[in-house]
Parts: sequence; C-alpha cells; structure tokens
Amino acid sequence: MSRPTLFALQVLVAVVCIVLWQVLSTVPVFGKILLPPFFFSNPFDVFSQIVKWFASGVIWKHLGITLAESILAFVIGSLGGVLVGFWFARQPLVAAVFDPYVKMVNALPRVVLAPIFALWLGLGIWSKVALGVTLVFFIVFFNVYQGVKEVSRTVLDNGRMLGMSERQLMQHVYWPSALSWMFSSLHTSVGFAVVGAVVGEYLGSAAGLGYLIQQAEGVFDVAGVFAGMFVLSAFVILIDFGVTLVERRLLVWRPTASDGRG
Amino acid sequence: MPTAVALEDAKVAFRLGDGRVYTAVEKAHLAVAQGEFVAIVGPTGCGKSTLLNVAAGLLKPAAGNVKIFDRPLAGLNRDAGYLFQADALFPWKTALDNVAIGLEIKGTPRAEALPRAQKWLTSVGLGAFAGRYPHMLSGGQRKRVALAQVLIRDPKILLMDEPFGPLDAQTRQVMGNLLLDLWNADRKAVLFVTHDLEEAIALADRVVIMSAGPSSRIIGDWRVSLPRPRDIFEVRLDKEFHALHREIWSVLKDEVMKGYAQSTQAAEAV
Ligand SMILES: Nc1ncnc2c1ncn2[C@@H]1O[C@H](COP(=O)(O)OP(=O)(O)O)[C@@H](O)[C@H]1O
Ligand SMILES: [Mg+2]
Repeated sequence: MSRPTLFALQVLVAVVCIVLWQVLSTVPVFGKILLPPFFFSNPFDVFSQIVKWFASGVIWKHLGITLAESILAFVIGSLGGVLVGFWFARQPLVAAVFDPYVKMVNALPRVVLAPIFALWLGLGIWSKVALGVTLVFFIVFFNVYQGVKEVSRTVLDNGRMLGMSERQLMQHVYWPSALSWMFSSLHTSVGFAVVGAVVGEYLGSAAGLGYLIQQAEGVFDVAGVFAGMFVLSAFVILIDFGVTLVERRLLVWRPTASDGRG
Repeated sequence: MPTAVALEDAKVAFRLGDGRVYTAVEKAHLAVAQGEFVAIVGPTGCGKSTLLNVAAGLLKPAAGNVKIFDRPLAGLNRDAGYLFQADALFPWKTALDNVAIGLEIKGTPRAEALPRAQKWLTSVGLGAFAGRYPHMLSGGQRKRVALAQVLIRDPKILLMDEPFGPLDAQTRQVMGNLLLDLWNADRKAVLFVTHDLEEAIALADRVVIMSAGPSSRIIGDWRVSLPRPRDIFEVRLDKEFHALHREIWSVLKDEVMKGYAQSTQAAEAV
C-alpha cells in the first residue's frame, strides 16, 4: 500500500470516530441520546476547550512543567540505570547479592510510591521526577545489564587479541553494546518518564498536564478531561517521534528487519 | 630458522557442567617455524579451534607447554593475530574503523590510523566499502575486513580458524590467492585451520592431520613441496598435488568416518 493511501485511511478512521461521537452525543436516536453529553461531552466542546487553552496560553506552562519533569526523570533514571547496570554486570558478586532486592523493588507498583515522594519531596516537580526515575531506572538498568553480559564471546576475544586493555574493552566493546541495548528500549523508557510525571501530577500537584486533567475531573468537566487527554496524546506522539529521529541517528550500524541479508 | 609457535605435548580438557572432564586434545606436539605456513586438518569437533586458542593464549593447556619464539607463553600471545571462525568484527564500527582500531589501540593517532586502514581495505579489495557497517557486507567481505583488521597490526604469527569456511567455492579460491599474495610479501608464521584438505595442500608448506576426538592427537605431518609462488587454481592440476592428496586422504578418511560415527553416537546417547 502506498504511503498516501495509508495516510488517507488513517485519517479516515479518525474522521469516522469523531463524526460518530458528534452525532451520537447531539442527535437523538429513537428519541434517546446514546452518548449523554454529561458523561461524554462532544468533539466540538473538547476542541473549543483545546483552542481556548492554546489561545489564552495557559497550556504552555503545564506542558512545560510536564516536559521538564519527563526529561529530568529520563536523564536521571538513565544515568543511574547505566551506572548500576555496568557495575552489576562487571561484578557478578554484587549482582548476586542485590538480585532479590532489585526484583522486590521492581515488583512494587510505583503508584504506591507517589504519596511517599510527595511527603518527602513536596508537591513541586521533584516528587514527580522521582516517580518517573523509579520507572525509567529499571528499564535502562535491565537493558544495560543484559547488553554488557551478552557481548559476543568472539567479539570480546577479538578485542583482547587485538591488544585492548580492560579500559579499551570498556570503551570499544562493552559500552557500545550496552548503549545499543539501552537505545533499543528508548521508546519504552521515554514513555515511562512521561507516565511517571503525569501520574505524579494527577495524584497531587499544582501544575502540569496531569494536574489539568485532575482539575477538570474534580468539577465534572468532561470536555476538559478529554481535551487534556488529547493534548497528552499529541505530546507523547511528538516526543516519540523525536526519539525515533535520535534512534535512527545512533543505531545506523544495526541491521533492521527490512534489510536484506547477505 | 627459529620456532615461532611450539606446542609441546599440549593437552586440553574442559570441565563440563555436570562435573565430568572432557579431554578434547590428548597430546599435541607441533612446531611452526618462522615464515612457515602450516595447515591443520581434521574432522569436525577434533579440537582444531581448541589448539588455536591454546596458541593464542586464550586457553591454558591442562598439561604440556606452549612456547612462542622459544619463550613460555604466559597470558595472551601478543605476537599473534587471530582470525576467528565466527564473525568477530565490531558491529558498531564501520569497515574502516574496524581496521583502524588495531592501530588506535596501540596509541596511533586517528588521523594517521585512518589512511593506513584505508590502504589495507584497498589491498583486500574493499577500498570502496570503507563506510559500510559489517551487517551491510557479505560473508566474504566481512572475512576480508577481518583479515585487514588483523594484518594492519603486523603480527609475527597469524592464527586462522577456518577463515573461508562459510564461503562458496569460488570465493574461497579467490580469498586463498589473496591470502597467499599478502603472505608472500613478508612470510609470517601461519597456523591455518581448515576441514578442507585440498585447501590445506594448496596453501601450506606443511599439512598436519588430527585424529577424531575426544582425546585427539596429531597423527600425521606432510611436507608440501609444491613451488611458490602458487596459484590456487593451477596448483590443483599439478600431479604432485594429486599424489599428496591421495596419500593424506587415505589417513584422513578413516578419521572422518570415526568422527562422524562418534558424533552420531553422542547424539543418540543424549
Ligand atoms: N568450552 C567447552 N566446554 C566443553 N567442551 C568444549 C568446549 N569447547 C570445545 N569443546 C569440545 O571440544 C571439542 C573440540 O572443539 P573444537 O576445537 O571447537 O573443534 P573443531 O576441531 O571443530 O574446531 C569438541 O568436541 C567440543 O564439543
Ligand atoms: Mg572449529
């Protein structure tokens, strides 16, 4: 299927959904409105709400806060994950000792940590960053750990035979291998950074997209809730697109599934 | 001629997961003189790669000695370049960087290493592929890059483990001639492992035969006195080549059968 056709079909799905939503929430079917506006609002109101946010400019502050929290969570979580992942992979004893605790902490649903972080770090951005960090850290950590451990035996031996010192093996073999694993999970970890920020905001804050949605819910403003959700989705898609660009740049050396072999 | 590599009654054993000990090589006695091209031939699983690993210092023999230029080998063999059986290029480096790394490790500045790497790529016929990553190269091209990667460091000893193994017959012959040309330039000591007897005779000064494993040994050692420089295509038509091939094959054939029988028995036992 050609790209324009595909795109046209994708747009068609959205148009059909929105039209159905608009019709079912305004035109009675057999004397009954199937999507009562109180619970489902309607596309027109949602759209006007989004326009209002952008026209008045209030949305930028919230977007900015959520973006800042996500970036901080991603950077701090990734740094920690890379360092600890490397450390564990190179020191099997340390990894063995901490193994049950790592599993325990990772098994914990992070939402329950939100109130504790709010208590420790206040209602500002840092409690949200902390929540995002606990999510990002483990993804990056597991991937880097795997990346360092799964370096091909032959490639490693080759490095040694070419005369690499331990430090050079780090630089030319372990590090690129770990990074490639980390980048392969980039979409997931960036996504989780955003999830951490928004969930944190939702559970208690004074700014951000999560706060916006929570406020609208508080006054049964369904149009506001939907508007917040749409802005959040667009925000995540934009970030994801950025990640794809970065990934393409950094992983050129990797065969992709569509590559012919040989 | 000084001896480049000497294995003196080397024995290699592996500890298996269940605690048993598997003796791969019982006793290997082998000397490679400086400038000599020695080929090791034997059935699969007889311990050819294992012997090379011992010569490289990647594996310690359970008994016996390894001497490199008459000095006992401790740790890795720093005089040797190793062309591995499996793909060993760094997948995240371009062909050019893969070759240049051998010099950069030694502290050669990058600006100096890159043009030299380019020259080596050209001499293995890949001058136009410098910017490709390994996954964008064919199997034969990857082996050439690997050869350049090893040769750029100018090792005194070259260890090669079935370097042309996975390649098709034509490519093997082209690669064989390329190797002979490069080797002719400075005649390094070469220990070349292959399962292809014809290839061994065409390339080497001496052909060494190993028995089927486990506890394999070196069971034969033939001198190949075909004149050099040789051309792989033409040397195969030589009368002496055929006589030697028949003679060595009569010994090797039994071992190949034994090796095959053992490998199927082992499979049935599991
Ligand atoms: N790390 C290992 N642990 C146990 N057995 C091994 C190990 N490496 C090789 N072997 C065994 O030693 C024998 C020789 O292996 P190898 O040298 O790779 O054979 P080849 O002649 O085909 O290169 C084989 O039977 C193989 O199964
Ligand atoms: Mg082998």
